[in-house]
Amino acid sequence: MEITRQEVEKVAKLARLALTEAETTAFSQQLNQIVGYVQKLKSFSTEGVEPTSTVPGQSNVFRPDQVQASLSTEQALSNAPDAEAQCFRVPKIIQES
Amino acid sequence: MSLTLLHKLTLSELQRKFTAGDVTATEIVRAYFLRVAQVEPKVNAYLTQCKDAALAQAERLDQALKGWRKTTPMMAMPLAVKDNICTEGVRTTCASRMLDTFVPPYDATVVAKLRAQSYLLLGKTNLDEFAMGSSTENSAFGASRNPWNIQTVPGGSSGGSAVAVAADECVAALGSDTGGSIRQPAAFCGVVGLKPTYGRVSRYGLVAFASSLDQIGPITKDVTDAALLLGAIAGHDPRDSTSANVPVPDYLKALKRKDLKRLKVGVPAEYFADGLDPEVDQAVRTAIEGLRELGADIREIKLPTTDAAVATYYVIATAEASSNLARYDGVKFGLRAAESKDLLDMYLKTRAEGFGPEVKRRIMLGTYVLSAGYYDAYYGKAQAVRTLIRQEFEAAFQTVDLIVTPVTPTTAFKFGEKAQDPLQMYLSDIYTISANLAGLPAIALPCGFSKAGLPIGFQLIGRPFEEETLLRGAHAYEQATNWRAKRPAIR
Repeated sequence: MEITRQEVEKVAKLARLALTEAETTAFSQQLNQIVGYVQKLKSFSTEGVEPTSTVPGQSNVFRPDQVQASLSTEQALSNAPDAEAQCFRVPKIIQES
Repeated sequence: MSLTLLHKLTLSELQRKFTAGDVTATEIVRAYFLRVAQVEPKVNAYLTQCKDAALAQAERLDQALKGWRKTTPMMAMPLAVKDNICTEGVRTTCASRMLDTFVPPYDATVVAKLRAQSYLLLGKTNLDEFAMGSSTENSAFGASRNPWNIQTVPGGSSGGSAVAVAADECVAALGSDTGGSIRQPAAFCGVVGLKPTYGRVSRYGLVAFASSLDQIGPITKDVTDAALLLGAIAGHDPRDSTSANVPVPDYLKALKRKDLKRLKVGVPAEYFADGLDPEVDQAVRTAIEGLRELGADIREIKLPTTDAAVATYYVIATAEASSNLARYDGVKFGLRAAESKDLLDMYLKTRAEGFGPEVKRRIMLGTYVLSAGYYDAYYGKAQAVRTLIRQEFEAAFQTVDLIVTPVTPTTAFKFGEKAQDPLQMYLSDIYTISANLAGLPAIALPCGFSKAGLPIGFQLIGRPFEEETLLRGAHAYEQATNWRAKRPAIR
């Protein structure tokens, strides 16, 4: 099964990656090679086998719902590319009609 | 003691000297930065050096210790930390342009534990960008070089940490291991690397690559040091819900027995198949004979799903990576592309500029295997095969206590040799990946040299939370052989 150039472009958009023409070409070829290799999984029978998403036995680890110390606003904003009035500043989202 | 020899000591030796008052913290820092100034231009292990902060910390320690000497095990010990582990106030880049200027406002739990013991942070070490790679060639800031032969890669992704230890630029280091990233560079550089059981060490503050596989662990000059450093960082952490609430034993106690009597060690035929370099094969088989001579009961075992490990790993790891790396969107921290016309455009450009080729490739692959129509065929299938791999190890550990294998199919390869062929690079992880998929502890340690003079390592894999058995086996072998006596000639 071939991954088409259109599919690579679609995946890049889903992944929020702007690819150059050269990157799209290279990734089309490489993804086909890697996904081709991954086909070998089909030869292992997994009927009725439960999936493993993580190894430890525990799930749903709870803690008391208590307020604890955390980063200050200044610390949380200290690495922001752009900040203003204790907020992260981003390009305008809502367009004027 | 002469300052020019301090850097040759192991962690346990340096601890003894410092506790006895034979050397001051300031002398330690000065000695190490003399060494770093000497060899760093040749090997490029560090992305950030913390000389001034380390000196200031050392002077405070020496001042505080005057008259009354009460020390903690890691006090004044000069360590290096892989640059994907957060250090408060010290730049943490993941070797990515995306985080070039990122200064964490908090410490990773492992760093907080070491800081509480007054360790000395010498610097942050180089890696493949976001820990994705096996050679450090994917670092956005240039590759590190193997001190045994600077024409060859040091391995990866914790290449900088392995180089810093092998070249005596720190006494020990922290790395992280998602598919072999501690063990493979340790083997390539002739040092010891331990990947703990999944959940043994907190991942809080480790920049996430593949959350169900990542573990932090020690890279050290010998097995005793690995036991010491593991003891300092292990333990349950409420801030990592996958960290295990299992008591931390005194790992040094595991080293007391010098023989391996009544220890059953399995040799899986699948790990000695096609693609294994004859020199590595020979060295590992000789090591297995060494284990037998120490009293181990060597048995053949079968792990037939080994052949699926690389494919399983590159589906699961990339799927998790594509999700984890979605956070780099130019909003809260890290790079933001300069000119963008709207929010979507900002995301697209920021990620295009900030990530290197291998990170993009893995995000693409991960996004693909998780996308509608392919999820079950790839991600679901890989999760089921992961179960098979786990069950196979569980069955094997019914009959053996340890499993012995090679770490890598070859010795350190040359720069550029695999850089153009991602699949070939991925296949070089074949012997280390399964321990991550099954969540098992594993250690890599030296067992010889190739004719070209490059180090060869072998691996021991153990049952969950039985790092003591790993350390016992590794230590007995190390004491009987002493490969560490041979050091790289770099100066």
